[in-house]
Formats: sequence, structure tokens, C-alpha cells
Amino acid sequence: MNINLTLFGQMFFFSLFVLFCMKYVWPPILAAMQERAEKIAAGLAAADRASHDLELAQEKAVERLKEAKEEAAGIIDAANKRGNQIVEEAKELALAEGQRLKEAAQSEIEQEVNRAREQLRGQVAALALSGAEKVLAAEIDQQRHVELVDKLAAEL
Amino acid sequence: MASEGQTVSEYIVHHLTNLTYGKLPAGSVRFDGSVVGEGGLWTMAHGGQEAGAMGFMAIHVDSMLWSIGLGLLFCWLFRRVALKASSGVPSGFVNVAEMLVEFVDGNVKTTFHGRNPMIAPLALTILVWVFLMNLMDLLPVDLVPGLLALAGVHYQKIVPSTDPNITMGMALGVFILMLFYSIKIKGMGFIKELTMHPFNHWIFIPVNLFMEVVGLLAKPFSLGLRLFGNMYAGEMIFILIAALYGAGALWFAPAGLIHIAWAIFHILIIILQAFIFMVLTVVYLSMAHEDH
Repeated sequence: MNINLTLFGQMFFFSLFVLFCMKYVWPPILAAMQERAEKIAAGLAAADRASHDLELAQEKAVERLKEAKEEAAGIIDAANKRGNQIVEEAKELALAEGQRLKEAAQSEIEQEVNRAREQLRGQVAALALSGAEKVLAAEIDQQRHVELVDKLAAEL
Repeated sequence: MASEGQTVSEYIVHHLTNLTYGKLPAGSVRFDGSVVGEGGLWTMAHGGQEAGAMGFMAIHVDSMLWSIGLGLLFCWLFRRVALKASSGVPSGFVNVAEMLVEFVDGNVKTTFHGRNPMIAPLALTILVWVFLMNLMDLLPVDLVPGLLALAGVHYQKIVPSTDPNITMGMALGVFILMLFYSIKIKGMGFIKELTMHPFNHWIFIPVNLFMEVVGLLAKPFSLGLRLFGNMYAGEMIFILIAALYGAGALWFAPAGLIHIAWAIFHILIIILQAFIFMVLTVVYLSMAHEDH
């Protein structure tokens, strides 16, 4: 247990090992650890961001869905309205067409009646003639003639 | 275990003697009765007597070699980790080393508030190196010395931290750093701290100087001697237990029990002492950096 040169030997090697540690051991290990810590922090931040993005995307999706539903409802409403409108229009058109057809038929009937009447009027003369011939052929009887003429007239 | 023809006290003294190489001064008597001639003699000491005669001009070969060897082991282990370390997933010993680095870094950060890139590596070196030196205490006391005795080397202390030269060498290294940074950071403030504390008046300068210098010197001495004392006492108890094995077959069981108990307790001590040496170093250097 003597104090001797070992003291200085130990001091010398102590400083040597500390210098070695300071130059070649500590900085790379600490740098690697710090780098890893940063990487992990970045990873965690990215995960956070991703989950936040996901939340946002979900919110957006819900919103879009809502919008789409509203839009669809609007479209259905519009379509219903339009359908009703079309039906109404068709009804009106059909009514108008029916009216028009009816009017046309009526006017045709009237025309037919008028034509028939004109024809009859033309034939009245011939009938009168034939009637007159018959009267002339037979004896003229006032009473019978009146009846005959009446009958003719009723035949019109 | 005490070998043939050796008393217990001889056994213990033998175990506490370093393998010493040094210069025997002229006129000293050697183990075989011869007298060293003019100019002295550089030689390997045979026993404590000769080692004592060598005085300061000697070196403890065993302490030095074990200490350097363990220091190189530390450098090699941690250099490998430094080369392997990446920002990827660590594995194996890299984990252990990184845990130690993190632990030391945390301790230094909480204790040391200045900016000095040397403190943390210094603390790591002290922690691991002192731990490795203390760890040698857990090897059976006769294992390595016994094997070396077969090879012809008769004295061997394999625990460098039971050698006051080793612990005081480190403590003095720390002390030099303390002085260096005190002067570098505080400049004249350091002189003022030594002379004007705790009584701030010029009349008290001698009193202050005495108290502060004693306080200053107490730091490295307590630092080095605490580690030495703890490890020396631990080693001594291991040696006594080993001697107890030699006291007869009846003592085998109790000696074994005490041995196991002390070894388990000692695991705590070797870690604790390495940690204390590291923390106190950081604290002292932190004080040297603090400017009032």
C-alpha cells in the first residue's frame, strides 16, 4: 500500500481513456440515439397527423354524403314536380284535343246535316213534281190534297 | 486458501501485496541477504519489505495492467457499440451501452448546468471503468493469483480499485480538472472564492484561505479514499472468508454461507461506489463551473 508512480500511471491512462471516450465513443452513440428519438418523434407526429387526416376525411365524407342525399332528394322532388307537370300538361292537351275533336265532329255533323238538307231541298221539287203528277193523275180532292201535301211536308 | 506452511496473517499480507517493479535504493538489503550496490537497482520487488524500500520510484505492475486492461475493455466494448449504433432498432450489448449512456447523460444533465462536452464522456468512462475494476472483486480471491503463482508470478492483486494509487490517481485527475475549470471559468473569482469566503472581510483572509483550501483538498481525497476504503474493506472480508475455509472442514458450510451473503451484498457496493464516484465527479466539476 505504498503511494508510488502508479498514481501518475493511472492519471495518464485515465486521461487517455476519457479522451478516447470523448472523441470516439460518446458522440456517435449519442448522435445515433438522438437521431432515433427524432425518427420516433417524427413517426408519432406522422401517425397523429394521419389519424387527424382520417378524422377530417371522415367528416368530409359524412358531409358529402349529406349533401348527396340532399341533392338526391332535391332531384327526386324536381322529378316528381316535373312528372306532375307533364301529367297536367298531358291532361290539358288531351282535353284540348278532345274538345277540338268534338268540335270538328260536331261541325262535320252540321255540315252533313246541311248537305243532307240541301239535298232534300233539291229533291223537294222532284217530290212535289211527283206528288203533283200523282194528284193530277188522280182526282183532285181538296181534303185529300191537303192531307197529301201535309204528308209530304212531314216527310221532309 | 492458505497454502502449506503459511499462517493466516502471512496469507492475508501476501494477498494485500502488489506486484511491484521499482528502483531499490543503494544500500538496501535484498530478500536473499545481498546488498544493493551504488546507483540502486531496478527490479521486481520480492515481498512488501522491498516494495516499501523502493518508495515512490516504483510501479504496481498488477494494478496498472489490470486497470489498463479493463480500461481497454471499456474502450473496445463501447467503440464497437459506437460503430454499430444507428437510428434503427438496437440489439444486444448496444441496448446495454445505450442504457448506460442515457443514464449518464440524464445524471449529468440534472447535475451539471454548464456547457462542457467533456463532462458526460468523463462520467461514462468513470462509471464503466470503476465498475469493471470493482467487478474484479467478485472473482474468488485465490483464482487468478493462484494460477499466476503456478506461472511463477508470486504477488497479484487483481482489483485495481483496492490500490490507493489507482483511486487517488483518478481523484487527482478529477482534481486537476476542477482547478483547471475553476480558473478558466471564474478567473480571479476563484481566488476571491478562496480568500473572501465565508467571511467577506480582508482581515479574515488567512482564516478563509485555510478553510477553503482544506475544503478544496478534501474533495479529491474523500473521492479517492472513499472508493479505495470501500473496495479495500470488501476485498479484506473476502480474504478473511477465504482464510476461514482453511480453518478446517467444520468451517466450510458457515464460510460458504457468509461468502455468498457477502458476495451478493458486494454486488450492490461495487455498483454503488462506481456510481458515487461518477456523481461526485460531476458535482465537483459542476461546482468548478459555477460562477457566483
